[in-house]
Amino acid sequence: MNRYTVSLFTENFIGILNRVTLIFTRRGVNIDALTASESKEDGVHRITIEVTTTEDQVLQIVKQTEKIIDVIKSFYYKDDEVVYQEIALYKIPISSLDPGLEKVIRQYNARIISAEKEFVVIEMTGHKEDTKALLEILQDFNILEFARSGRVAVAKPMGTIEQYLNN
Amino acid sequence: MKDSRIRGAEIVIKSLVSENCDYIFGYPGGAIMPVYDALYDYADQIKHVLTRHEQGAIHAAQGYARVSGKVGVCMATSGPGATNLITGIADAQIDSTPLVCITGQVASPLLGTDAFQETDVVGFSMPGTKWNIQVRKAADIAPAIAKGFHIARSGRPGPVLIDITKDAQNELSEFNYVPCLGIRSYRPYPIVKDSEITAAAEVINAAKKPYVLFGQGVVIGNAEEEFKAFLDKTGIPAACTLLGSGALSEDHPQYVGKLGMHGNYAPNLLTNQCDVLIAVGMRFDDRVTGDLKRYAKQAKVVHLELDNAEIDKNVKCAVSVLGNCKESLPMLTEKVNEGTHDEWLAAFRKLEEKEKSAVVSLDLLPTKIGLTMGEVIRYINDYKKDDAVLVTDVGQHQMIAWRYFKYKTTRTQVTSGGLGTMGFSLPAALGAQLADLSRQVVCVVGDGGIQMTIQELGTIMQTKAPVKVVLLNNDFLGMVRQWQQLFFDKRYSFTELDNPDFIKIAEAYNMKATKVTERENLSDAVAEMMIHEGPYFLEVVVEKEDNVFPMIPTGCSVEEVRLS
Repeated sequence: MNRYTVSLFTENFIGILNRVTLIFTRRGVNIDALTASESKEDGVHRITIEVTTTEDQVLQIVKQTEKIIDVIKSFYYKDDEVVYQEIALYKIPISSLDPGLEKVIRQYNARIISAEKEFVVIEMTGHKEDTKALLEILQDFNILEFARSGRVAVAKPMGTIEQYLNN
Repeated sequence: MKDSRIRGAEIVIKSLVSENCDYIFGYPGGAIMPVYDALYDYADQIKHVLTRHEQGAIHAAQGYARVSGKVGVCMATSGPGATNLITGIADAQIDSTPLVCITGQVASPLLGTDAFQETDVVGFSMPGTKWNIQVRKAADIAPAIAKGFHIARSGRPGPVLIDITKDAQNELSEFNYVPCLGIRSYRPYPIVKDSEITAAAEVINAAKKPYVLFGQGVVIGNAEEEFKAFLDKTGIPAACTLLGSGALSEDHPQYVGKLGMHGNYAPNLLTNQCDVLIAVGMRFDDRVTGDLKRYAKQAKVVHLELDNAEIDKNVKCAVSVLGNCKESLPMLTEKVNEGTHDEWLAAFRKLEEKEKSAVVSLDLLPTKIGLTMGEVIRYINDYKKDDAVLVTDVGQHQMIAWRYFKYKTTRTQVTSGGLGTMGFSLPAALGAQLADLSRQVVCVVGDGGIQMTIQELGTIMQTKAPVKVVLLNNDFLGMVRQWQQLFFDKRYSFTELDNPDFIKIAEAYNMKATKVTERENLSDAVAEMMIHEGPYFLEVVVEKEDNVFPMIPTGCSVEEVRLS
């Protein structure tokens, strides 16, 4: 079992996310994280899905997703083939804001993005391992809430969807 | 100035006319009534067949599509009408049958309110359709139907569902039908690569014992001639899958039989002795491969396939040739060596003799008292035309009919292969018959399956379609009983049926009906049925506890095929 990033380029069609996730569901592969957004091509959306499975399985999933009429192209990558980031938000009570916390924030290249009357929100961008490490440290600061996004990823191999669209 | 706009309901019908749809199989209801009302004015252009259940409508559309090669069209109302199509949708998806299913939907302001007869049929059918869409505006109807037909019929065919809200059916809009010729995200016919052809030819030319397995892809691709040319040049033995039957005449000297759980002895056994396995338009279904871990491990596999997702899905191949086999086969034929494989072919014939004495003779020329299913099929062969279509249901009779029916021409095999849908055959036979009234259509059905859609005798009565229905009655759910006998210590748990008087039922539907219980009457009864001009119902009471052999038990290897 390895971690893979599945990157799909799709038409912006109603229910497309449902159609894509059904392929994973049917094969019993759990989706670890998912993001969806516009791409740089007009009308082309991209869905990035992180999964932990075998290469055979992810290859089959990619082929099956490509059979969906509104999927333009689907790729899968190992971790070393993509540049990816995730964003994590940590809600900390204002009472926890002390020099110790300030040091941690600096150490992790995190930042306070909102200061409210009763809490502050810290933001950190990085890989899951990094945001998780900060989470563990922040447990000591009475963390109130934690949220992490799915991957936002671009592939290292040059030329992907544009080449396909122009062929 | 006269308003040139027409109602969405009429747009549905005019769009279907534009796609040369000549039959709609359907069932009206509240949410599709505007379309039915519009259809009333187009009776001279589109015939509508009122089935007795929506499942009957979709199976009839499947039968029509499989025989005609066109897109089958069925129609139903919202809610239960739409959900009754789901079995047929799943069946058509797995057997690659082109269908356009049109369903009515409650008016769009009611969507999501649990309105009367509202179901999320788009959600229900999403995993089972090649594509589906809900249309809420009249202006979107024609483009959706155009796209639906293009998707259903192109590439690997499949079912499409178009759900149209009632307000869209009533709304006025301009009608301008533009056929769909392409979709940016959909490339149905991958371009065949020369490099793959060259690699495949190299492997085939180096083979000592090459072996071809062919499936429905040959039929779907209209590549029967191209396939025969490849075989004629190479001299390679060829065996077919269930749905590939008919793609090559069984008279062809290199035809060696049928693959799979109840296929022929030699084609299964020798799969594990060939050195190169050439799969053409087939998907290595588990009923064909048996235990994958022990399937053709000694062979280099060359796979000619249209659907990229089928390549390496079940069996890893040495060379894959992606693309329509109508295109790839002639390219391959050009690069392969001319040859003969007499000795290798003789190995098949030798095992064929073994199967003949151990199984075939007992089935076709029985000496015991009870009638066998095989001898019924033998007589059907005697009296049928070369292009007669065999439609079968699911179970023992399906496997027996498939094994012994002599397929001479293409599009003569209609059965539920992948999903194994009991109740398929009666409505499918009706659709198959309406697709070509000049052909004989023989529907072979068991006493279990017929009772799942027996009401479609009413549709046969109303259309007067001259379908020949052959009921092989053993008062059992025969295939399940066979498994219970072989693998569950003969514990016949709920497989024995107390059956009605089928002849009375058939006669009540105005069908000429005959019941045969004695061997001496069988030949004449089959002959009478086959020359009868209208629909005919023949019930044959067969041996109660006969089994279908050869058999590869589930989980076993193809070389563990049993003759008894």
